[in-house]
Amino acid sequence: MNFESLDLGTVWFILIGVLFTGYAMLDGFDLGVGALHLFTKEDRERRLMLNAIGPVWDGNEVWLVTGGGALFAAFPNVYATVFSGFYLAFVLLLVALIFRAVAIEFRSKQPMRWWRQMWDIGFSAGSIGSSLLIGVAMGNIAWGIPLDARGEFTGTFWSLLGPYPLLLGFTTLALFMMHGAIYALMKTEGPLHDRLRGWINNCIIFFIICYAVTTMATLLYLPHMAARMRAQPWLFSIAIVNMLAIANIPREVHLGRDWRAFVSSCVAMVAMMGLFGLEMYPNLVLSHPEPANSLNIENAASSPKTLGIMLTIAIIGIPIVLAYTVSIYWIFRGKVKLDRMSY
Amino acid sequence: MEVLTLSRFQFALTAAFHYLYPPLSIGLGVVLVIVEALWLKTGRPIYHQMARFWTKVFALTFAIGVATGIVLEFEFGTNWATYSRYVGDVFGSALAAEGIFAFFLESGFLAVLLFGWDKVGPKLHFFSTCMVCLGAHFSAVWIIVANSWMQTPAGFQIVGEGLKARAEITDFWAMVFNPSSMDRLFHTLCGAWQAGAFVVVSVSAWYLLKRRHEDFARTSLRVGLIVGLVSSLLQLVSGHTSAQGVAKNQPVKLAAFEGLYETATNAPLTLFGWVDEANEKVIGPRIPGLLSFLAHNDRGKPVTGLREAAPHAADRPPLNFTFQLFHLMVGVGFGMIFISALGFLHFWRGSLFDKPWLLWLLVFSVLGPQIANQAGWFAAEVGRQPWIVQGLLRTSEGLSSPSVVSAGHVLTSIFLFSAVYLLLFAVFVYLLNDKIQHGPDDADLVPSGKLSLPERRRS
Repeated sequence: MNFESLDLGTVWFILIGVLFTGYAMLDGFDLGVGALHLFTKEDRERRLMLNAIGPVWDGNEVWLVTGGGALFAAFPNVYATVFSGFYLAFVLLLVALIFRAVAIEFRSKQPMRWWRQMWDIGFSAGSIGSSLLIGVAMGNIAWGIPLDARGEFTGTFWSLLGPYPLLLGFTTLALFMMHGAIYALMKTEGPLHDRLRGWINNCIIFFIICYAVTTMATLLYLPHMAARMRAQPWLFSIAIVNMLAIANIPREVHLGRDWRAFVSSCVAMVAMMGLFGLEMYPNLVLSHPEPANSLNIENAASSPKTLGIMLTIAIIGIPIVLAYTVSIYWIFRGKVKLDRMSY
Repeated sequence: MEVLTLSRFQFALTAAFHYLYPPLSIGLGVVLVIVEALWLKTGRPIYHQMARFWTKVFALTFAIGVATGIVLEFEFGTNWATYSRYVGDVFGSALAAEGIFAFFLESGFLAVLLFGWDKVGPKLHFFSTCMVCLGAHFSAVWIIVANSWMQTPAGFQIVGEGLKARAEITDFWAMVFNPSSMDRLFHTLCGAWQAGAFVVVSVSAWYLLKRRHEDFARTSLRVGLIVGLVSSLLQLVSGHTSAQGVAKNQPVKLAAFEGLYETATNAPLTLFGWVDEANEKVIGPRIPGLLSFLAHNDRGKPVTGLREAAPHAADRPPLNFTFQLFHLMVGVGFGMIFISALGFLHFWRGSLFDKPWLLWLLVFSVLGPQIANQAGWFAAEVGRQPWIVQGLLRTSEGLSSPSVVSAGHVLTSIFLFSAVYLLLFAVFVYLLNDKIQHGPDDADLVPSGKLSLPERRRS
């Protein structure tokens, strides 16, 4: 296909954003359910939580894998700089994701108490760790990381753990916990369902506090992350949508419309990622303190030919992916019931 | 130790461990498709029981395959950033295509395969099993395309110079169908089918020895032996065409496989032995002319030796190591043909069941494809050295900048991955053993849920 008239760098900036937003919306609730896992006490409840995400978590993680692959192909400089620069953080993220994955698979395969407890802790720690690290990575990208003229990271592991990235780490964790709690609410019934309602309120409070602090910190310390909105005030409507969506969550939960609460949570995520992308654009990684070394859609992109080929692949692939993702969620709709196949 | 050695060790460790599992998923995927097709066709409950049992084994291997696969995708960026910048255009595209075309398909339908027994009808379940199997094969396609491009780059041009140089795609299909990709894909898939088939063979033979679940074991053994024999024979064809491709496209690698120093017509094939690297000669029994014949179908044609193909020692891979890996793979490959043919013959005649020695051989046959697959991959990758992308970029030039990733970083990651992988492997063996000891569920002889609806044909 011929895409010569298109600004392919921008298209891929958006597509990568879509992939990571998809990841946050989908695997976000898996990680959130994982983070809440240890709050449940009985084995049956833990199995219900696990089986709520059982059939879908694997497909959800593919959004991250594909996002990573797309980043590699479309913006190899970003992929190389960020992955080598965040070395230890990403190794920890991998270990956390591995534990999350195998804990889900292995936990219920043996009846022993110690066995199940070991994997429960692995599942929860893996989920919490992954959420925090993803948030910290996002925080660093927004705050800016030290890059030299060749686009190589010049900081250390510890320099990645600044207050703002850590704050974003906790905000991400809170967001995923809230998202996961709402998802679990949709998928459960009975006493666990009733108790989840209580947890959701706490999760919402935790998230709103983090969200408010992050917003203040961003406006105070990262003026560049609000520059586009200052220049084009109509973009403020996205921020309003974001806040309304968040405010709508407790309302829907209170009215017992769990599904709508989940949609609100998704809308809030889309709006947040949209704002993040708008303020970052055209940069993919901000350089701090040397803004001139930032990686953007010009200096980090693959050749237009490759971006065009990849766009063809995406145009063919995405509708198919969406079609069967929707079918899978449809097949496994409704409340979780434990049976012989369950985890 | 230096970063280069550590990074190579780290990649070898994580790739080798990962590669224990995907071949099993691919091979068992094929077995599942066959078994479910037989069930749909005949309606015999034993096939349903088989599908359920092997699905459980499949799920176990799949989980670890997924969990360890994502590590490799990250490692290109973490440890090989210069390589990633250099090949992002080409290699990244194949990796992204793998995500979109293969992983989504695989993981989406896996849900139905594992948890959908009671939720969908038998035809839709069969369709899902086929899609999971297809997805696993697609992922092999794209990752082999990417890796083959590193062996025989095609469809690209080099843009820029020095540190800014990078490969850009000029022709996507030439990149996909680069000279080695189809041979290597076929070779890898045959190995994967063998890996899956011999798991089935091994477990079934063990049940027969222990006189447990005999109906189940006999039916499984039949499917396993047929898939195992067919794929072992196909592997012979594929091994031959692959070697001819290597002879044509990567003469240094072929010379290393065989320890051939001097270009020669009527070149000999060394059956086994070792390469005396100091004196540049090979010690071991050899068959004159066979290498020329295998490489070119003609004893009179020359096979290029190392002194001509890579005059400088710095351009050669580690010779004895490559030689041994290659010979190990070939030897085990022939062994698998022999074992599966022998097993099949006696199974056919009905004389297998009173031959415990043969059943024990079949029990241990499960190790064969694993050894050959590992040795084959090591031979392919070590034999490409010192290049990370053949002829374009040296492995030592592909590392992340030393100011960014230090030896300490890599060492830390090696310790972490080793610890985690050891734990995973122990758990895998423990759970697999538990599944085998537990055996197929007799309750599975009676299909439940939507699968038991009367529309199904019964015999």
